[in-house]
Amino acid sequence: MTAHSPSPKGHSRRGVLAAAGAFGLSLQFVATQSFAAAEGGLETKKFVFVICRGGMDGLNVAAPVGDPDYAALRGPIALQGEALKLDATFALNPALSATYALAKAGEARIVPAVATPDRARSHFEAQDVLESGANQVYGASSGWLNRTVDSLARVRKVSALSVGPTAPLVLRGKAPYASWSPGKVVDGSARLPTLLQDLYKNDALLGPALARGLATEAMAQEAMTSVAQMSPAQAAVTPAAMTQTSPMQPAGMAGQAYQRQGQEAARKLGLSLAGFMREAGGPQIAAVSLDGFDTHANEGAAQGQLATRLAYLDAVLDGLHQGLGPEWKNTVVVVATEFGRTARVNGTGGTDHGTASTALLLGGALKPGGIVGDWPGLKPSALFENRDLAPTLDMRGLFKGLLHDHLGVDRAALDTTVFPDSAAAKPVTGLV
Amino acid sequence: MAATDRELKAAIAATRFGLGARPGEIAEASRDPQGWLKAQIRREGGDLPVSGGETAAQRIADLREFQQQKRMERPAVAATGTGQASPEQRDPVKLAQKLLRDDTQVDFLSRVQLATATPAGFRERWTLFWTNHFTVAAKNLQTATVVGPYEAEAIRPHVFGRFIQLLGAVETHPAMMIYLDQVQSVGPNSLLAQRAGQVRRGVGARLQPVVQRNLGLNENLAREIMELHTVGVNGGYSQADVTEFARAMTGFSIGGFRGPDEQAGVPVFRDLAHEPGQRLVMGVRYDQRGKDQAAAILSDLAEKPQTARFVCTKLARHFVADDPPPALVARLERAWKGSDGDLSKVAEALIEAPEAWAPQPAKFKTPYEFIVSSYRAAGGQPQAFGQVGPILTALGQKPFDPGSPKGWSEDADAWAAPDGIVKRMQFAQGFAAQAVQGRDPKALAADALGARLTPATATAIARSESRPEGFALLLMSPEFQRR
Repeated sequence: MTAHSPSPKGHSRRGVLAAAGAFGLSLQFVATQSFAAAEGGLETKKFVFVICRGGMDGLNVAAPVGDPDYAALRGPIALQGEALKLDATFALNPALSATYALAKAGEARIVPAVATPDRARSHFEAQDVLESGANQVYGASSGWLNRTVDSLARVRKVSALSVGPTAPLVLRGKAPYASWSPGKVVDGSARLPTLLQDLYKNDALLGPALARGLATEAMAQEAMTSVAQMSPAQAAVTPAAMTQTSPMQPAGMAGQAYQRQGQEAARKLGLSLAGFMREAGGPQIAAVSLDGFDTHANEGAAQGQLATRLAYLDAVLDGLHQGLGPEWKNTVVVVATEFGRTARVNGTGGTDHGTASTALLLGGALKPGGIVGDWPGLKPSALFENRDLAPTLDMRGLFKGLLHDHLGVDRAALDTTVFPDSAAAKPVTGLV
Repeated sequence: MAATDRELKAAIAATRFGLGARPGEIAEASRDPQGWLKAQIRREGGDLPVSGGETAAQRIADLREFQQQKRMERPAVAATGTGQASPEQRDPVKLAQKLLRDDTQVDFLSRVQLATATPAGFRERWTLFWTNHFTVAAKNLQTATVVGPYEAEAIRPHVFGRFIQLLGAVETHPAMMIYLDQVQSVGPNSLLAQRAGQVRRGVGARLQPVVQRNLGLNENLAREIMELHTVGVNGGYSQADVTEFARAMTGFSIGGFRGPDEQAGVPVFRDLAHEPGQRLVMGVRYDQRGKDQAAAILSDLAEKPQTARFVCTKLARHFVADDPPPALVARLERAWKGSDGDLSKVAEALIEAPEAWAPQPAKFKTPYEFIVSSYRAAGGQPQAFGQVGPILTALGQKPFDPGSPKGWSEDADAWAAPDGIVKRMQFAQGFAAQAVQGRDPKALAADALGARLTPATATAIARSESRPEGFALLLMSPEFQRR
């Protein structure tokens, strides 16, 4: 509607931050370096959770090309020689080239048969379970990352950020969190933010949300500046570039151009998030959602619908890796989805809702190693309900191991509050 | 009814049941708020946006023609003139793509224009509830071009009819069948599949590339009908029920897919693709032949008490509270069951329900509701897609694209994220500067909120240092952000 010109640095942003300070929240973003703990301490550890919505087909993300049953089950969508070989059994989809480079450097690993406790094959129920951390649907109305923040906040300063205009369940709950998406710069010279904070002072929903939004926006300007300094090509994300990542796009040459723009926007998103996380007092915990993984028809193999989505994912991860720079060694990124897809290709060149899928672990904090969890194989007798890849690992055990070993979340809290009634899901230890 | 109570009810009628008050609307509703709402219910359904007027079938045929021509890869005919010409002017393929995308933008703009200008805000909100319940998302160019016609053809005419009519129109509409992959679903033992097998084994090599690809069952639509459109995820069905229902649905498709001499985009039932045999769905055996089989299952699903419970809960959640009062849900269910799923009776029950008139607003507006009600408060209408499309995308509600068949969220927590509030504020600043046009923001506030205007907001607006600032404060006030 209107072009807000960025106001002169200094005065106006201070005004915004001072207004946000009335809620006592801006501190988490303007904390000076003096708060930062000794190098290598828990305070420096960073954790990013990437949700791939729609049911990502793990069997074509990290394809078990060495499994004797894979090619026959998958038929026209089986990955073949073009896949990027990890070991004798597994190979990554070629769209994941940056992830593959990290894997070769010992900084990325696959978890090939992991699932939440939910078995209903409903996107929405399964996403709720994935994000709430409960052992069944409707088991919790807040997210496990929010309860992680809540648990850690008792012992140290910690803050969390969701990327996107809406808040994913995994970060919703009583612990405060920020959210951010690429957009216009706040016109800090207007009085409206201050007047609204006054109008919202008794509003439990809008008051804290506005204060955090303004504080994050101020921080975004800082982060953008530092990103721009890292490399002239890595300019600020524009709304126009971001809308290109969504899938209203034609096929063919123009489609390829859109796809390249989408990948570039996805990479910038990763870079921007990294910029936030490198700020003094910036978030240590972040959540990002990507959608479009519901590949019922014409899924493709090394190219096609799934590969396009994976290229976006790869670009976000690459942006994060590049942008975090020296902080990458303190970082763990987990990529997970609500469920996998049927082992067999369906009648329309796609796959239907299944059970176990692949999770990806990335980060300089990871220990090198092979696959995480066991591989159940794809023999008919090994499939879950003669249909889906069978899970060998409870997703919560994976999360719990990382949250304990990497972020120092209390074991008892993990078993009871962060993941309610989850003592039976043993933490996967030794990953970092 | 006392005058003050009636004034509050009028404000609630226009903002909670409707899409926000245009100047003068609350005054009009205050004579008889419930009667004003009931008068908006009509047998012929929701209003039709004034758009291009093409049908879904025409849009699908246009797109297919475009794709076929593109495939022929004729060298681009150079347009007259060079230099100044945009890429679209030089390249006919790009031009055609732009035209197709423009259609969708015109559809969306005309829908927003209807919402901002209609005197029957409740009728349009009721209609929008059903478009969201039966979501077809614009996930690619093909679905994008048919969402608008889909709403006009399958949803709007039926929103005050019986649920089964609406359900039948929706599930067999080309847009829904394309969106949830029904058009390609073929019975594994159907004649079509058997013939394809023979061709593959035989010598018909020339036909092979056409028929060999992707010939089989797709359970996507069957699952979402059960999970999202009728009985709900806890409605008591199993994976086997989904697969059986998907088999029964085979044959429903559209012309131009796997069939010669058919008009592209027109809904068809293809006996050749239908899986033969009887089906067992949720404990009931269906031995009908052809299209009657799926119709019988759909009819049974529509009549199940789980469906009444699931849909009435969603209605109560949409109109009244994220966590709706059980008494309200029960009231709507009684109206549903007592009328055989007559949606006009359910709408009347909602209007008559005391739980729906609680003075405290519990619903936080979605971005679409916020933008539409802002235009209504100003008494204006957007004139170009660019005025509403980009801001809705930035606020997380991309035009026609909820991202999944579940539709847009009803949860305040999803929309009231910090980033969303800041972006609403930025919109309000820009919008108010253009829309206030010398008018008194105090009067605009009284018109937009009536008795719902709080003293704190009224004071803040009275103290504002400019008209745009006062109007922006109104749009961002806690009571305007809720309904």
